[in-house]
Amino acid sequence: MAKLVSLADGVAHLVRDGDVVALEGFTHLIPFAAGHEIIRQGRQDLTLVRMTPDVIYDQLIGAGCARRLVFSWGGNPGVGSLHRFRDAVQHAWPRPLELEEHSHAGMANRYVAGASGLSFAVLRGYTGTDLPGHTTNIRPITCPFTGETLTAVPALRPDVTVVHAQRADRNGNVQMWGITGVQKEAVLAAHRSLVTVEEIVDELEPVPGQVVLPGWAVTAVAEVPGGAHPSYAHGYSVRDNDFYRDWDAVSRHRDTFRAWLDEHVHKAGAAA
Amino acid sequence: MSQRDERGNAMADWTADEMMTVAAARQLRDDTACFVGIGLPSTAANLARATHAPNLVLIYESGCLGAKPDRLPLSIGDGVLADTADAVVSVPEVFNYWLQPGRIDVGFLGAAQLDRYGNINTTVVGGDYDAPTVRLPGAGGAPEIAASCGEVVVIVRQDLRTFTERVDFVTSVGYGTGPGDRERLGLRGGGPRVVITDLGVLEPDPVTCELTLTRLHPGVTREQARAATGWDLAVAEGLTTGEPPTARELAVLRALEATKSDRRRQ
Repeated sequence: MAKLVSLADGVAHLVRDGDVVALEGFTHLIPFAAGHEIIRQGRQDLTLVRMTPDVIYDQLIGAGCARRLVFSWGGNPGVGSLHRFRDAVQHAWPRPLELEEHSHAGMANRYVAGASGLSFAVLRGYTGTDLPGHTTNIRPITCPFTGETLTAVPALRPDVTVVHAQRADRNGNVQMWGITGVQKEAVLAAHRSLVTVEEIVDELEPVPGQVVLPGWAVTAVAEVPGGAHPSYAHGYSVRDNDFYRDWDAVSRHRDTFRAWLDEHVHKAGAAA
Repeated sequence: MSQRDERGNAMADWTADEMMTVAAARQLRDDTACFVGIGLPSTAANLARATHAPNLVLIYESGCLGAKPDRLPLSIGDGVLADTADAVVSVPEVFNYWLQPGRIDVGFLGAAQLDRYGNINTTVVGGDYDAPTVRLPGAGGAPEIAASCGEVVVIVRQDLRTFTERVDFVTSVGYGTGPGDRERLGLRGGGPRVVITDLGVLEPDPVTCELTLTRLHPGVTREQARAATGWDLAVAEGLTTGEPPTARELAVLRALEATKSDRRRQ
């Protein structure tokens, strides 16, 4: 049964220095508040895993939490580049960032293999691209039945996966709906998991298209209303598109980024 | 009517970007399924759906199949896509069940660099991979879209930085090194059928697979197109000039674009 915890306790107990950490959420339900708590607690040397390292990973990378990034698309969706990510790759600021780069299909299948208890996944992908030449975790494999050459990618098994969802009950059963991306696979692939939710309720009312993660499959649940902002939680909030647009200017320079981090993460946490 | 755009072209009452978006929308046929990226592809696909292709099926990699947004989404995971979709599925499902088996007719891609064989780079520019001059977002869904969709439509602004002799990194394969390469690589989709730019339209030569200028937008010359291309651009014998945007296309496009600023108040 998942334990109900505060956000600070959940991060303190489940996210450790040097861990492989996945914060997932495909535009929708991105666990921003949990990411900010990881920054506040000063985690170091993390291998950050995420299909779309967008603004939350820009913040974690700029704050110096990451040593390595495993990803498939690193941009600010609909806006442009991630400047803290770029600064780390191009100028090693605030520290060098190792990259392991995939395609979305490759990353999604790596989580599926992890969730399935398999050592690898197979897909028809990557052929002819330069990605296999730079990522050793992409290898050709011969189909034992047809002889066709396909691509193998190893299972992803994060030490901890963090996701945000709409609701949980007091036993830690988690309900999410709308665009649910790769969150279920990322949670089931991980050794530990932390789910932040908009609210904890006595009874989960069924919702069309819902995905439920049973409490016994989740390590801990924390109630964090608005914990996805500036991303959103379908049925609770809308995406703060202005924030994503404004992030471009905030993140472009190291000093404006640091000032933002102090104001909105460090001081905000101290006040909470 | 006397306005000029940044390239010095006389602008009637539309811009080069509007012409490009309209030309791209015209490439999409009704009753087909289109894998749509955010930005220009999404704008063009929604323009097509609001004009000549009402039954165009829009598929976004966030898992939204058959999205019918009444405003332009800023991101592929915008709530309006989920609210209006025929189905919302997981990301592994989009790639494994819908894209990989070839169920999607058209893939709609942009590019940071593009070469004469339609190979696309969205990964790194300059330097080497580990220390690039410019780090770009990377692959996302594009390699498998380029590999598996029935055909690919590329929409990209044409200039010397983008239209380059060799791409610095092959993120998504067009025709590889030339004729027969896609087949040798085992890629099942047909590859880039057309490239739409702000200057005109390029299509692969049926024999050499090399992108060939087949159509200019109104007011653009072949010399302009050649000057904006980093290789010796082939020009079709029957080079034509395309139709300008119709009043209806422009009105619908501008109404769609206006939804971007409206949304700021939501």
